[in-house]
Amino acid sequence: MSGWIDVVMVALILTNLVVLGSSRLNTCIRVIALQGVALGTLPLMAGPSVLPLRMIALTAGTMGLKGVVFPWLLLRAMRQAEVRREVEPYVGYIWSVVVGLVSLGVSVWLGARLPLPGPVHPTLAVPVALFMIFVGLFVIISRRTALSQILGYIILENGIYAFAMVILGEVPVLVELGVLLDAFVAVFVMGIAIYHISREFDHVDADQLDTLKG
Amino acid sequence: MSAIQLIHPLLALLLAPLMLGVIVRTKSFFAGRTGPPLLQLYADLFKLLRKGSVYSRTTSWIFRAGPVVGLAAAMAALALTPFGGQRAVVNFPCDLIALAYLLGLMRFFTILAALDTGSAFEGMGASREAQFSALAEPALLLGLAAVARLTGCLSVGELSLSEMLARVTPAAWQHAGAALGLVAAALLVVFLAENARIPVDDPNTHLELTMIHEVMVLDHSGPDFAYILYGAALKMWILGAVLIGVVAPVRTGDAALDLGAALGGMFALAVLVGVIESVMARLRLLRVPQMLVGATVLSGLALVLLLR
Repeated sequence: MSGWIDVVMVALILTNLVVLGSSRLNTCIRVIALQGVALGTLPLMAGPSVLPLRMIALTAGTMGLKGVVFPWLLLRAMRQAEVRREVEPYVGYIWSVVVGLVSLGVSVWLGARLPLPGPVHPTLAVPVALFMIFVGLFVIISRRTALSQILGYIILENGIYAFAMVILGEVPVLVELGVLLDAFVAVFVMGIAIYHISREFDHVDADQLDTLKG
Repeated sequence: MSAIQLIHPLLALLLAPLMLGVIVRTKSFFAGRTGPPLLQLYADLFKLLRKGSVYSRTTSWIFRAGPVVGLAAAMAALALTPFGGQRAVVNFPCDLIALAYLLGLMRFFTILAALDTGSAFEGMGASREAQFSALAEPALLLGLAAVARLTGCLSVGELSLSEMLARVTPAAWQHAGAALGLVAAALLVVFLAENARIPVDDPNTHLELTMIHEVMVLDHSGPDFAYILYGAALKMWILGAVLIGVVAPVRTGDAALDLGAALGGMFALAVLVGVIESVMARLRLLRVPQMLVGATVLSGLALVLLLR
């Protein structure tokens, strides 16, 4: 099974790099949906061989929410707010990917040094989780439109989810459901907020919030 | 050196132009045409070899040396290339660097010959070729470094392409499949870029603004042009052999079967290139560096996966 965990981990890394390197919001949203689905398969592989029903429900919930509902909400927000299709980064695409690769190196270095509780876990899990958190933060600060900042937030949340799944093996279902619900509400509210921002200001350029201060 | 090691260079010298024929026939199949015969390139080469060459008065000896040096470098690189689990005819420590830079020498002389004509047009193609190959090189070398790490060929004495590819086995694919897959993807991109295939360059077009490789060799004629075409076919065979060595390590123990499997792999690769060329458009020139940097990132990622 650990071979398949590696494949999922590599898929997670690649989806992040695609998000960093692609210029279209549409592509980014779809790739992050794919990432959510890949993430959803993690409990199936990291958990025990015989899965309790709640794990299956959790997997289905994660996949459904991250793979279907989030992209649907975001694409709808994009359509309603008539956002331009480009992500408008401050840092160019090639340099973004290079930053991603450097942060992957940093995460691997860091992951080897973090003392972790618990039994053995796949060695790639900690670096990938850290990497996703770094990438999420980088997307939030380096992209101009408010929509990409939601995308950064989702990647960040995915990273934390991956960390919890592989390190702890099993998070109490109640906690996990609470987190999923929080994420859902956050994306939902941000989608609505974007619509209102764009109706009020004719754009969703977060950079221009600077002009609000007195 | 055993007799079986000599088979690969002979096969390559004989069959390299056939690979291009397979690519063209695959493309014709997709377009619903009959296409030229599989052996068309052989006929072209034969025709060109019987012609005379025309040299512009503005060119110097560099222009005449370009095709010869290119073909010689390609043949030398061929002698360094292992195939089907067999060692290469010539193998020595660190020969992968020699292989990469023999191909570099070939490219360098093609570029010099293009610049020597004094045509602004050929200079443009030379500039593009230099830019793209500079970006493809780290992808190739990082990918080979990842393979070296995987196969444990890290001491200077073992760091030879033959040794590395001989140690890539199906078992290696089982325990490090993710990393090897990344290396294979990166090598495929390098293969397409170095051989001037779609999505980097369109080998069919003669539109001035889109060509890269084709534009550099416009002034060569007769036998010189035949050397260039044959050298390009050999280069495609060499990079393909490295790629197939990583992707399809068939080890039955019987040398003939292994060689046959690798040959099958080469022609499957030719069909794959034909399919890629049929279903994809050429990338915009600005996007090509992005793709090559992406390939470098894939190689780097494979190396990181294996280094942990």
